[in-house]
Amino acid sequence: MTQTMHGIAVSRGIAFGKAYVIKDVDLTFDTYATSDATTELARLQTALDQAESDLERIQEKVEHEQGMSNAAIFDTQILVLHDPDLMNTIKKHIEADTYSAEQALYEATSTYITLLEEMDDEYMQERASDFKDIMRRVLLHLLDIDESLPQNISENAIIVADDITPSETAQMDLQFVKGFITNTGGKTSHSAIMARTLEVPAIVGAKNSTTNIAHGDFIIIDGSTGEVFIQPDRATEEKLMKQYKIYEEEKASWHALKDKPSQTKDNHAVDIVANIGSPQDINQVLHHGAEGIGLYRTEFLYMESYHLPTEEEQFEAYRYVLEQMGDKPVIVRTIDIGGDKKLSYLPLPEEKNPFLGLRAVRFALQQPEIFRTQIRALLRASAYGNLKIMFPMIATLEEFQQAKSIVEEEKQSLKQHDITYREKIDIGIMVEIPSTAILAKQFAKEVDFFSIGTNDLIQYTLAADRMNENVAYLYQPFHPAILHLVKSVVDAAHEENKWVGMCGEMASDLTAIPLLLGLGLDEFSMNAPSILPVRHLLKNLRKTDMEQLANAALTLSTAAEVEQFIRREIEL
Amino acid sequence: MQEKQFTIISEVGLHARPATLLVQHASRFSCEVEIDYKDKRVNVKSIMGVMSLGMPKNAVFTLFTDGVDEEEALESITNLLSKEGIAE
Repeated sequence: MTQTMHGIAVSRGIAFGKAYVIKDVDLTFDTYATSDATTELARLQTALDQAESDLERIQEKVEHEQGMSNAAIFDTQILVLHDPDLMNTIKKHIEADTYSAEQALYEATSTYITLLEEMDDEYMQERASDFKDIMRRVLLHLLDIDESLPQNISENAIIVADDITPSETAQMDLQFVKGFITNTGGKTSHSAIMARTLEVPAIVGAKNSTTNIAHGDFIIIDGSTGEVFIQPDRATEEKLMKQYKIYEEEKASWHALKDKPSQTKDNHAVDIVANIGSPQDINQVLHHGAEGIGLYRTEFLYMESYHLPTEEEQFEAYRYVLEQMGDKPVIVRTIDIGGDKKLSYLPLPEEKNPFLGLRAVRFALQQPEIFRTQIRALLRASAYGNLKIMFPMIATLEEFQQAKSIVEEEKQSLKQHDITYREKIDIGIMVEIPSTAILAKQFAKEVDFFSIGTNDLIQYTLAADRMNENVAYLYQPFHPAILHLVKSVVDAAHEENKWVGMCGEMASDLTAIPLLLGLGLDEFSMNAPSILPVRHLLKNLRKTDMEQLANAALTLSTAAEVEQFIRREIEL
Repeated sequence: MQEKQFTIISEVGLHARPATLLVQHASRFSCEVEIDYKDKRVNVKSIMGVMSLGMPKNAVFTLFTDGVDEEEALESITNLLSKEGIAE
């Protein structure tokens, strides 16, 4: 009898396989040793050796997949296993106090962990959890527990867990992971992001999945509907197998377009490029055939660090991305902090209205030293590829001119120090504020390109906080006011022979794309997995037809009318 | 016994990576290597000890070496700290 359950669908696709249930394990142990000290010491040594070989294996894997710098942390962990002071303390506890190896390990490490936890430094507090992680690993070996550990997955499986942490996925052999189900989480939880990156289906917020599903159960998950089928009957399996085949065929037809240009039926070329948040995203970008990077969100460099990223750290990240992308354009958005993006190590004054406050380029111009560090890192990296720089949240022409003059000053300073950079670097702006969209004609004379950030442009145009559920209905990408703004930006840019891209959610919306094409958008920037479906759609559209569609849509009065009109005209 | 005073110059203080390099390096010598910082003395061959100092940028500490290869150790560690931009 098929048992079913539901969760939030966060990554498309259908997967069949054995459930791999990751459960919390019982880590209780005896305080005092039941055998002599020599035996306890030998048990400890065996566990330490096993932990070390685990760490070496994980290190090798991380180094291979993510590079040397991410693997370096394991050197530190291995050193802990050889720490002479720590080992002496443990030995003393075993010999003098007749503690069990587990208790001795726990006692000896707790002192250090407490010291780190009490430090007034978020980075050091994080290291305390690293140390706990190693101790847990040794403890698991002492207790001989090895079942259901993420690193033991060695055959195709659908992971079922309460939640999945980044350190757990780092240990998994991802080639065997065919899907995820978690008890908790939402669209942006780590497992959801991981699943979309791996292109496997995932369902989160499926309450009690770890109790309803047993380790080894045969299950099917549908990442489009959020359905989980436990021990399905033959009819259910066959039905889903059909859907699976349709989806896989569709995916295969998209992948055939990987190295093809993005072109409409009437041979009008546009660029489909990717949004990224970190250098690690590049693999996905190349895999999905992006024609460049339309938005590199550098704020993650700042938000995922425990200190202001140094010029050198930034330079390394930018250079890597530029080198990987070769001649293809890489548009880097300068620091976009403020609003809902906060830095733990650089507290900013509380604001009553942060989305109308000190954020993005306003912050950069107020903290010019932070901004200049980023600009220098970017200019130095420009020698390695096709860099374009983009300023976020530009409201006035003066802001653009000030930010641009800082770039020019830093160029001069690099020149004086004989540091190489690329002389010709396009500088553009994001259009997110209505004032800039309205005045696009004047901006177009000075900027090299525009990129429309729809998420903010919509919330500022309709004056509705997109995070506020009570006014979420006002988040209307198809509102005619938005279409008129997009059109005026595109027309103004084309008048000056400049190009216009879009990097908000709207650019990958399959209903919006015919309209945007008709309005004359030149570049569509989106998350990598959306690229091929969009390229596929464009291939079946005619630019001239879409121009007529867009002109008709501009005469409509409400978002609902626009959306209905497009759905009626275009078969999606 | 040899001793020398240093100031942390690394922007990020003595965090995991520099601490790891320091401990790995110190462990190569047979002499004792210790750091005195804010009246706390730790064994530089112990990563837990070194990390538990939590030394930030501009922290001033004293390095001691004591044993047969104390001179060589002090010189070599001084070179490492300056080459890696950790302390001088």
